[in-house]
Amino acid sequence: MVATETRPPEAPGRPAWTVLRNGWRALTSMRIALVLLFLLALGALPGALLPQRSLNQRLVDQYFADHPSLAPLLDRLGFFDVFAAPWFAAVYLLLMISLVGCVLPRALEHAKALRAAPVAVPRNLARLPHHAVATLDVPAEEATAAVRARLKGWRVAESPEGISAEKGYLREAGNLVFHLALIGLLVGFAGGKLFGYEGQVIVQADGGQFCNTGILGYDSFRAGLRVDGTGLDPFCIKVDDFTATYLPNGQAAAFAATVGYQSADDLAAGVQTWRPFPLAVNHPLRLDGERVYLQGHGYTPRFTVTFPDGQQRTGAIQWSPVDLTTMLSEGATKFQRPGVSDRKVSGLAITGLLAPTTSGGNVVTSVFPAPDDPQVAVDVLRGDLGLDDGRGQSIFSVDQGKVDSGALVKVARANLLPGESLRLDDGTVVRFDGVGQWVNLQVSHDPAELVMLVFAIALLGGLLCSLTVRRRRFWAKITPSGEGRAVVEIGGLARTDRAGYGEEFDRLRADLLARKDS
Amino acid sequence: MLVQLALYSDRFYMAAVGVYVFAMVLHGWEFARARTAAPEPAALLAGRDGSVSAEIGASGVGATVVGLRADGDAGHPAAASAVDGPPPPAQGAARSPAERMGRMGVSLVVLGAGLQLVSIVLRGVAAQRWPLGNMYEFISAITFAAVVTWLVVLKRGNGLRPVGVFVLFPVVVLQFLGGTVLYTQAAPVMPALQSYWLVVHVTTVSIASGLFFVPGIASILFLLRSSDRLPTALAAKVPSAEALDRLAYRVTIVAFPLYTFAVIAGAIWAEAAWGRFWGWDPKETVAFVAWVIYAAYLHARATAGWRSGGAAWVNVLGLAAVVFNLFFINLVVAGLHSYAGVN
Repeated sequence: MVATETRPPEAPGRPAWTVLRNGWRALTSMRIALVLLFLLALGALPGALLPQRSLNQRLVDQYFADHPSLAPLLDRLGFFDVFAAPWFAAVYLLLMISLVGCVLPRALEHAKALRAAPVAVPRNLARLPHHAVATLDVPAEEATAAVRARLKGWRVAESPEGISAEKGYLREAGNLVFHLALIGLLVGFAGGKLFGYEGQVIVQADGGQFCNTGILGYDSFRAGLRVDGTGLDPFCIKVDDFTATYLPNGQAAAFAATVGYQSADDLAAGVQTWRPFPLAVNHPLRLDGERVYLQGHGYTPRFTVTFPDGQQRTGAIQWSPVDLTTMLSEGATKFQRPGVSDRKVSGLAITGLLAPTTSGGNVVTSVFPAPDDPQVAVDVLRGDLGLDDGRGQSIFSVDQGKVDSGALVKVARANLLPGESLRLDDGTVVRFDGVGQWVNLQVSHDPAELVMLVFAIALLGGLLCSLTVRRRRFWAKITPSGEGRAVVEIGGLARTDRAGYGEEFDRLRADLLARKDS
Repeated sequence: MLVQLALYSDRFYMAAVGVYVFAMVLHGWEFARARTAAPEPAALLAGRDGSVSAEIGASGVGATVVGLRADGDAGHPAAASAVDGPPPPAQGAARSPAERMGRMGVSLVVLGAGLQLVSIVLRGVAAQRWPLGNMYEFISAITFAAVVTWLVVLKRGNGLRPVGVFVLFPVVVLQFLGGTVLYTQAAPVMPALQSYWLVVHVTTVSIASGLFFVPGIASILFLLRSSDRLPTALAAKVPSAEALDRLAYRVTIVAFPLYTFAVIAGAIWAEAAWGRFWGWDPKETVAFVAWVIYAAYLHARATAGWRSGGAAWVNVLGLAAVVFNLFFINLVVAGLHSYAGVN
């Protein structure tokens, strides 16, 4: 950003042009850039302090419930989606324009400076911050050669007045690389959001499979603006088992899933075998373009329902953990009675709690997250599940509206250990068979990822250069003083804010003046 | 055995805090007794430029030194002229009791830092992992980094020594909080934290946070010093505004790239652990805010009209963001970074 405040005198011209030009100058000035930086920081803060939709919808709903009058107002201002809010975009776009408007001219200027010769020798070196003079016992030519040899690595120009040298061009270069990399990061981030996607899917860890063929395969899918879900790279993954190990206090020690996968190439080549892979937290499966992560796990109770006519149906649907420290889970396993045409009266739902390690007693709760001693505490509901209403419903719960309207009625309640069963009034038997496990997989695709890494490294390198390298100038005047002697006068000037030229200048002086001092 | 080691680690921590408290008292004594801070700016600058050239001059190189001055620094005319002030006190000159207190204080801080380092190492051995897994351990590492930074600053120019009390005070308060309400037993960490990136990311971010403490405190003192609200008697004891401003800048430009690296390392780790390199998790958001504030500080230092007073405010704001990120986000806001280990 342009630090100088000097401006060329106003030229008479059209007022519209003047406004535009002044606006541009203001926007690219350091002052405005500073203000924009503060606005950016300030604008990002609500993203940390208020619950965000993109992170946790449940917390946003909770906030609406807790602050019924304030929340809608904040919502209208985009405070629950700060990083997608127009005002946030406005700030960072302005900042980016300011950045470009400042960095590009500076890059041109620096390119020019790189070709230009160092500044001519000042008339009075004694007025410089660093200065020394000595008479050496060598001829002027030899002294000049010594100075020339010592200034290796400096940009040097010689004139009748003396030798000019400059060093530390890397400072400005680093500065420019830093800012250009920052622009690259912003563009790359936006690109990743446009062309990337992120999908979540629950897969049963008993050989359950998932194929990345379309959005419908996912439980939730966050698509970039340019992603329509066609043209996903096809690959398949099969989860053979999942193991969680816990410390005695219930804290998780390790999560690992044994999976097999078939890449897009395998599928195209008709390969039938699965490539094994140990999927774990911090150890994602990296395919060509997609990454698969192990993001969560939970339990799947298995229920077998034997209807009065002897028909059996088995249901194994994931229940959702409500307490991550004990993995107490809740959910709803739903059945339709086979062979009955009126589905409005014959639906059966088993809902309630699942404790992987039960506390025992009448009120079941979980005391440990591992499935050591599972027990369910369930209500059995019968009636209209609402599955034919055409509306979507959560797989983790029953339609509360149906319960409220009396269409779905509780017919039994029981605590069941594996193998135990419950007989309903119409002779239907519900048996709790046991517990399986599921894993939550996340598939991520971000085409800009590698570019972002490169820009981040460039940014850091540029920053280090711009903060550590010092731009400094050095001049030497060599005057013969007869009898093969020469007076050497040197002067130095640091061009940057950071001090510290002193030591280097002292070394220069020691090397150039002290050797043959008289 | 490991439990025993964890116990020793705790003992060393307590001993370190005790030593720091004692050092703080000594520093406070020195600060209260010191009449003025007259030699400070000279000593600080001399440590950078003057003393080096003085050594060269004294060691018989014998160059003709004419008009050696500090680096041209247009924004700080006073800094350049400060060298013309009284020379730093010669080695071996008679020391006032206050100065002796201060020197003893520094020795105690070195001792405390040594004890704290042992505590951190023992903690790691006891937990059989890198000792940066919960709030207590973060605080221990951050305060250790702040203390070491302070010692390095002192080594560069000891004119700032009486200010030590202002550095040690927040350090001791943080360590007290860390050792009491935020204390966590040595234990393994959850699976998401079992990665070598923990070593890279959390270590660098802790060191950078510790570093940021020193410029933050220097900037607060700078603002107090340059406002006229400070009682004259007190103001006279604080180092010159120029010295404080310079200290703040010099430490910030070390801390900022390190912090940048830490954030990048965090992004790389997040990509492996959480499936995305950046997701505006509360901790990430405030880290971004702090980064932007420190970037603004560096820009403010290069902008006319903002150079000193404005920039100092920005630096204080930056420290506020870092502290906010450490405490509020870890303890209050629910996010992916909720690893405080405090329930």
